[in-house]
Amino acid sequence: CGYHVWNFSEVQILITSRPRRPKLTFVVPQHLCMTNCPTLIVTVGLPARGKTYISKKLTRYLNWIGVPTKEFNVGQYRRECLKIYKSFEFFRPDNEEGLKIRRQCALAALNDVRQYLSVEGGQVAVFDATNTTRERRGTIVKFAEQNDFKVFFVESVCEDPDVIAQNIVQVKLGSPDYIHCNTEEAIEDFMKRIKCYESSYQPLDEALDRDLSYITIMDVGRRYLVNRVLDHIQSRIVYYLMNIHITPRSIYLCRHGESDLNIKGRIGGDSGLSARGKEFARSLMKFIQEQNIKDLKVCTSQMKRTIQTAECLGVPYEQWKPLNEIDAGVCEEMMYEEIQEHYPLEFALRDQDKYRYRYPKGESYEDLVQRLEPVIMELERQENVLVICHQAVMRCLLAYFLDKSADELPYLKCPLHTVLKLTPMAYGCKVESVCLSVDAVNTHRDRPEKTHMLNYLIKCNFFSCFYFTCCKHKYSNWKKRFSSVTFFSCFVKDALTCSHSHNIFQCFESVLRDSPGAQKKKYFVEFVGSTKIF
Amino acid sequence: MALTVNTSSEQKTLTQAPLLKIWVPWMGCNLNRRRGSAVPQFCNSPTMIVMVGLPARGKTYISKKLTHYLNWIGVPTKMFNVGQYRREAVKIYKNFEFFKPDNEDAMRIRKACAAAALKDVAAYFAKEHGQVAVFDATNTTRERRAVILSVAKEKGYKVFFVESICDDPEIIAENIKQVKFGSPDYVDRDIDEAMEDFVQRIECYKASYMSIDDERDRRLSYIKIFDVGSRYVVNRVQDHIQSRIVYYLMNIHVTPRSIYLSRHGESELNLLGRIGGDSGLSPRGQKYANTLATFIKSQTIKDLKVWTSHMKRTVQTAEALGVQYEQWKALNEIDAGVCEELTYEEIQENFPDEFALRDQDKYRYRYPKGESYEDLVHRLEPVIMELERQENVLVICHQAIMRCLLAYFLDKPADELPYLRCPLHTVLKLTPIAYGCKVESFFLNIEAVNTHRERPLNVNINRNPEEALLTVPDHI
Repeated sequence: CGYHVWNFSEVQILITSRPRRPKLTFVVPQHLCMTNCPTLIVTVGLPARGKTYISKKLTRYLNWIGVPTKEFNVGQYRRECLKIYKSFEFFRPDNEEGLKIRRQCALAALNDVRQYLSVEGGQVAVFDATNTTRERRGTIVKFAEQNDFKVFFVESVCEDPDVIAQNIVQVKLGSPDYIHCNTEEAIEDFMKRIKCYESSYQPLDEALDRDLSYITIMDVGRRYLVNRVLDHIQSRIVYYLMNIHITPRSIYLCRHGESDLNIKGRIGGDSGLSARGKEFARSLMKFIQEQNIKDLKVCTSQMKRTIQTAECLGVPYEQWKPLNEIDAGVCEEMMYEEIQEHYPLEFALRDQDKYRYRYPKGESYEDLVQRLEPVIMELERQENVLVICHQAVMRCLLAYFLDKSADELPYLKCPLHTVLKLTPMAYGCKVESVCLSVDAVNTHRDRPEKTHMLNYLIKCNFFSCFYFTCCKHKYSNWKKRFSSVTFFSCFVKDALTCSHSHNIFQCFESVLRDSPGAQKKKYFVEFVGSTKIF
Repeated sequence: MALTVNTSSEQKTLTQAPLLKIWVPWMGCNLNRRRGSAVPQFCNSPTMIVMVGLPARGKTYISKKLTHYLNWIGVPTKMFNVGQYRREAVKIYKNFEFFKPDNEDAMRIRKACAAAALKDVAAYFAKEHGQVAVFDATNTTRERRAVILSVAKEKGYKVFFVESICDDPEIIAENIKQVKFGSPDYVDRDIDEAMEDFVQRIECYKASYMSIDDERDRRLSYIKIFDVGSRYVVNRVQDHIQSRIVYYLMNIHVTPRSIYLSRHGESELNLLGRIGGDSGLSPRGQKYANTLATFIKSQTIKDLKVWTSHMKRTVQTAEALGVQYEQWKALNEIDAGVCEELTYEEIQENFPDEFALRDQDKYRYRYPKGESYEDLVHRLEPVIMELERQENVLVICHQAIMRCLLAYFLDKPADELPYLRCPLHTVLKLTPIAYGCKVESFFLNIEAVNTHRERPLNVNINRNPEEALLTVPDHI
């Protein structure tokens, strides 16, 4: 009937080529706890020292590399509690009422932190507040000890009035607190607010706090003090914080010009530019010249099409292998129709979870992110950069800068012949999209409805293969993967709508028999849940 | 160095360099620094790393490790130990009196040695195209550091100071035991004499020691390491390479530990003499996995972490150990591209040119649609960084991977790396000691095929197939 009939050994290979992503993030500490402890990052510093900027950036970075992270901004809690902000008087150290509310807000935030890290499966929580007194930090350390969290402080110290003023203008004026004030009023009030904290500010001390883990960032990164880095994640955080800067700059992202394989509708490969692609390269050159960018660095992948595009610019450029397009393994240079024909299961699986799906002998978006991490680190270090890359790569980079989730990432629109100019500002990134008016094919495939999997399963006798494999398979990881409800219920639903129902029960019986005790109940519940549909 | 291109309206046709598989505008252009780089080459000034600290603070240890690391990731680096220069000038070391601050003759010799070392640094940068020079000496006075800074400024070098500060007497004593007793200076002394003399030597420096000052030296770029890494102060990191150096220094430690390297058990494809692929273990391979489990238990290793790749054969090997393990995609075997799952004979038959190019420069040669050893090294850099952070680790990996890791720990250069011997069914135990690494090899007594192919004599593209296949190991 035109569909590939899978035999046992092929299916086995498919399953083994997709084990779980390795957890790079945690090293088990010897003394505190025996499992992967969640980490609580605590910011420290006077207002307008960049704490929220750092919190948001760090959260975005950690989520992008696959560490579930959430930030908790105590100011937000205060705004919800108070509703209307009157003036700096709320923050005066002798305002008993104010102090009480602020303390409550901090505790409420810590409670949510506990919920996130202990119950919801978060790995890192960023506790964003001034935390300027030793007493407040002591409370937090105790809280962490009680809950088996590790604590890492990030202190920002800055006395440069220009930097502070710039900070206030960029983010405080737009804050909900100052919506009804004019600029001078807002600045004056905020300066007085800072004064309220100054007298009681106890910076992290080399001697008194020598047993804490922390980094103190001075003058926006001119100098750092790092104390007692305990594990891998803290080491990565320190490395990241030491590479970011706030010098104004722009990052230009674009794909190579249209390639010969693009025109044929084939993915991957290493072809050259089409005629329209070359035209784009020339337009790109004009565009870059018009933008008059200071000290622009240009980088490409090591594939012909990006290099040809860069060659046209007439400026020095660097080739970075990590920028190469996603490796589609056995599907390289195929059209989507051919993949559907030759590898229908793969095609269906990819649509099920495009982020984690790995091409046979190829890569996944998840692998790409890991591969691109050093690129991101270098982009953070640099100033004005133009990156000429590929669709999947550009999606990953864009997801980092625009804080898009893993679910959205593989479906971000990155059309050919369009340059995205990203300019970091305030807490995020401004995006300007410039289409260079040179026609090109559309290479974007939207998220399809989940019909492929079911169609496929209905058409072929995959179920018995699944059964065979599940029971005979020796590795320990597959069961975690296939116990996901979606996948399981797909099989069940399919089998029940055609004539395989007797197979299902046989298969399920064997799966139950082979499962460890703890899993039996889970599988049974899922099975019952799925059959309830019918 | 990034390639400078002449602006021209004519679009040149790109060609792909046959060995490196890199696209270049025309065949003759300088490919030197353009290869698959995770170390961008945007900045081109050479960098001098200048060590600072009293004797026995780990300066030479740090210098050597940093030099190994930078060379391994592809940044040409060389170490200049002023103590060596002094030993060549003075020939016989009598006692600590040489280092007394009022010993004028000695002072003159020491200054001359430092100057000679600086001259060699300049030659290394100018003539040998080095990128980083590590200037290993005490450099404990502001005056000495000022001299270095002025030389660097004159020649356009960047300077990055690495100061090691430690006052823990136990660490210092341990240090002296580990490395000073074996030094040529103390070859004919007994341990107590040597210890006493060295302690006096340290005293000579203490009086004039001026640590880098956070206020007065705020314009310098430096990192201060306190108590072997419990605390760091980092000031004015200027560029990518300094940022990498800081990250590396913050991840290394001196806690005693061992790293066990092993390949997967013999695989089905190994038996057939085929490269790459993702096959399972052969029966002998399975036996090896079981024996490995017994071996590991017998070693009673504290808190052992086990790492494997994502490929079936390493995962199967680890499964036999019955402990938790982590899978790293970065540990996957080198991707042989179009040559995956072929025998060497088939490669010679179908891709004779590629086969010859590979023998010409096995380190840089990239398989078509595949990888090179050089690519592997960049891929493995996060693994090395994490290995530095960890304590006891068992890495179950593949032949090419193990060669790269071994080259890092044993400081083997790029042309030896692809020919290091990593036979199946053998565990290598690496224990860092003194300035290097002790290697113990354990063959677990389970027979396996040989997968090691030596470099044949004739690497010419025009060679006969027999010459090419001379060194291929036996298989079914």
